[in-house]
Amino acid sequence: MSGGDTAGRLVRPFALTGGRTRPSRADFTLITTVTAIDPPPAWSARPQAEQQRILRRCAEPVAVAELAALLDLPVSVVVIMLCDLLEAGRITARPPHPVSRTTDLDLLQKVRDGLGRL
Amino acid sequence: MAGSEIAAPTAPDTVKILIAGGFGVGKTTMVGSVSEIAPLRTEEALTTAGLGVDDLDGIEEKRATTVALDFGRITVSRELVLYLFGTPGQQRFWFMWNDLAVGALGAVVLIDVRRPESSFAAIDFFERRGIPFVVGVNGFHGAHPYPPDEVREALALPEHVQVMLCDARDRESCRDVLIALIDQLITKALQSNGTGRLARPAP
Repeated sequence: MSGGDTAGRLVRPFALTGGRTRPSRADFTLITTVTAIDPPPAWSARPQAEQQRILRRCAEPVAVAELAALLDLPVSVVVIMLCDLLEAGRITARPPHPVSRTTDLDLLQKVRDGLGRL
Repeated sequence: MAGSEIAAPTAPDTVKILIAGGFGVGKTTMVGSVSEIAPLRTEEALTTAGLGVDDLDGIEEKRATTVALDFGRITVSRELVLYLFGTPGQQRFWFMWNDLAVGALGAVVLIDVRRPESSFAAIDFFERRGIPFVVGVNGFHGAHPYPPDEVREALALPEHVQVMLCDARDRESCRDVLIALIDQLITKALQSNGTGRLARPAP
């Protein structure tokens, strides 16, 4: 959460992604949940500093949008780094609940019950 | 997602609802009223369509446009988390709504009765795409000069779209609007399933 760029980031966001502006895979929506794999697979390379920040933040499952907000980075930048981490076997990604025009009653009832407890 | 489908056992299922409406109509206030966390803001960097993936020449332009998204979270259970996304209110960011709308359960369109026209576009958007929505009339300082039916008529809303008077600053009021949306979805699901199975009567 930032009100502007007054703090002055040392590295411009897309420098973190090697100039790439699009992810290599489209698996990550705003509410895809990502979780760091612990321990990491033996074959995976040591992550870079910014990737380490992500991994720390997703030690517990966290949605992509939340991760971006916590890291104060644009979603698209975070997604590109998540792609790298996914390919490196460092995280798992859980897609959102699929929603169709005939969404299942069970899900709706759960959401309703949850709202009722607010 | 070959090879990555096995999620960690603790990752919850996620769903989302959009909070839409004109600029300054109270979307972020509503998100904040029901969210268990202070509304978070993230920036989506907008890239110009047609630019090459590694086109370094385009970097300067790419940096120029970002759009802020405010969102909140409601943990329904250990297995299910609901996210609320405030759609960008400014007209020029509407194209983002398409991405946001994909996979949403439905939407709340907030209306400011002093300038309802600022939310017309949101209503059109959801109507055209067949995305279920309810209308929340956000009273300025909680005041409601018009009854729901009058608002419905003024907005030419179809019968199945609920109109609720609300106060975006009030948690229970916002909760009730969200529940109205879910009830509308339940009714629709029952109709299309044709089972007639009632999940549970509304309180």
